[in-house]
Amino acid sequence: MTAILFIEQVLNGLQFGVMLFLMAAGLTLVFGVMGLINLAHGSLYMVGAFAAAAVAGATGSFLLALIAALAAAAAAGAIVELVVIRRLYDRDHLDQVLATFALILIFSEGTRWIFGSFPLFLDIPDYLSGPVTLPGGIQYPLYRLTLIAIGLVIAGGLFWLISCTRLGIRIRAGESDREMIAALGVDISRLYTVVFALGAALAGLAGALVGAIQSVQVGMGEPVLILAFVVIVIGGIGSIKGALVGAILVGLTDTLGGLLLPALFALFMDNSAAQTTGSALASMLIYILMACVLVWKPQGLYGARPA
Amino acid sequence: MRLTSFIAGACMAALAGAATAETGKVKVGMITTLSGGGAGLGIDVRDGFLLAAKMAGNDSLEIVVEDDQRKPDIAVQLADKMIQSEKVDVLTGIIFSNLAMAVIPAATAQGKFYLSPNAGPSALAGKGCHPNYFNVAWQNDNLHEAAGGYANSAGFKNSFILAPNYPAGQDALTGYKRIYEGDLAGEVFTQLGQTDYAAEIAQIRASGADSVFFFLPGGMGISFLKQYADSGIDLPVVGPAFSFDQGILQAVGEAAMGVKNTSQWNKDLDNEANRLFVETFQAEYGRLPSLYASQGYDTANLLLSAMAKADISDADAFRAALKEADFASTRGDFAFAANNHPIQDIYVREVIKEGDVYTNKIIGTALEDHANVYVDDCKM
Repeated sequence: MTAILFIEQVLNGLQFGVMLFLMAAGLTLVFGVMGLINLAHGSLYMVGAFAAAAVAGATGSFLLALIAALAAAAAAGAIVELVVIRRLYDRDHLDQVLATFALILIFSEGTRWIFGSFPLFLDIPDYLSGPVTLPGGIQYPLYRLTLIAIGLVIAGGLFWLISCTRLGIRIRAGESDREMIAALGVDISRLYTVVFALGAALAGLAGALVGAIQSVQVGMGEPVLILAFVVIVIGGIGSIKGALVGAILVGLTDTLGGLLLPALFALFMDNSAAQTTGSALASMLIYILMACVLVWKPQGLYGARPA
Repeated sequence: MRLTSFIAGACMAALAGAATAETGKVKVGMITTLSGGGAGLGIDVRDGFLLAAKMAGNDSLEIVVEDDQRKPDIAVQLADKMIQSEKVDVLTGIIFSNLAMAVIPAATAQGKFYLSPNAGPSALAGKGCHPNYFNVAWQNDNLHEAAGGYANSAGFKNSFILAPNYPAGQDALTGYKRIYEGDLAGEVFTQLGQTDYAAEIAQIRASGADSVFFFLPGGMGISFLKQYADSGIDLPVVGPAFSFDQGILQAVGEAAMGVKNTSQWNKDLDNEANRLFVETFQAEYGRLPSLYASQGYDTANLLLSAMAKADISDADAFRAALKEADFASTRGDFAFAANNHPIQDIYVREVIKEGDVYTNKIIGTALEDHANVYVDDCKM
């Protein structure tokens, strides 16, 4: 294995991680502020991707497609919050899980009604396609580098939002004591809608960005949702910083595990068996990582609230 | 209260209807995937099947269609319901091999006929074969073997091969290696449902391969091809038709252009039955037919040909009529091997663009009159 392959895989892991962060950030905000488990977060990711594909198909502009993804997912999030989620805050987690699971089914079949069963086309814009040569002779797709950059910029923006703005202060206050900030005159129900729409918009953006290199199809959000839950459990529920660290940890573990484990097994097994065992074990690796983190820190890496 | 009595009444009526089935009639239960990720395949099989039935205009053929949601447990429930309360004579429709394994052995054991329009798992072609089970599509290994055959004739010497880590994926790589004579630059199993192939593409780049073979059905293939095209690697790619079929190609777009893939059918196959099929399918549904639609269409025509020769109440005569495969297949020549799987030509296709639509054109024959390696394991 060469150094070039290794560095390329690290970049891949990083890119995977920052996209997971966009999903996990919304999920962890919603759970932290409202105490709500939102299984339908993956559907908002799908909504973003479909909106982007539809707009890109109609206008040919990738930038407009991204804006449409943000707007559609935020709107879908706000509507869902106003119509359904609002009734669930006082219920226990089981009711929330049931209701948001129903939302997954409604979103999936609704999308299928509108767009049909066949995958949609969404492609990378010309100015971002193709590989670039990095120092050291590494060829790496420009689009993936852009994804890393966008993800890191958004992470920075979120930190700024949470720590330096009035909305951020309210969000943090909402996390520590809901009743108290309501008593201080903050319109808590509007805050909830805003936070939910913000989380949804991030998920929608991730869906559109990732949809351009993957396939835009019904049910694309659920596999990512599971990983996003792993990320927020590792990072500590409610912590944006935890979500970022957790996402990058999961991204790197998954990518490098898939590369290194089969190579490791190949040292003492024949190639075909090493491949099978190695890749089977690699797919378990992030869950093993999660278990280890939970043994070491039951609250997650940056989780503050006692369970 | 009124609702329950209404439902009860409806059930009674349905039962009564089933009980009064006339002789000569054949009732078909189609269990296929109509919702979720794999829905495009099931919809095409269903549409092809219904089109053939409509064109035949045969009143004694009755068809019940149900959605298995790509879940084995649902497929089993539907099969039980169709056999026990709907009293179907023939089952068909299943797309995915894991669902086929859950339904077919039980259905044939109860004396029902099963005509597979898609899934052809090796377990049902070899030791698990059954006189009442007919596969009208292919044995799962076939298209991969053909890809191996194409790789030989194209002069590939060092292939990198990849497939998802599940039974059909393992069969795919085995099938390719069975015919392919060159060396392997790498062999990788990906996760089922994986959508990001950056890691595998990096390995391909580092491996020094001269060609890539992959089996990644559905959305997995779309993701892989788009990412592969963007990576700047310029090696030839070959794969089975599943990642290059009509329903999927438009989502892959430019990235698929020029890719070679293997298939037992294409819309430009030059025979009377196929021309009629392609034309009527487009007129009826307003889209180009896929491989799956042709399989559904052939399945229905096989059934109709047997119905013309024998009465389903005489199972032995009906089975013999099916085995003769005396119908005009969209694939041209078609016959059943000893284990009731097709003997057919498998072609190499290239992805092209006709106007705005991506589609395939046949450029050669990979394997002629190809059956499958499991024939000798089948004792029936």
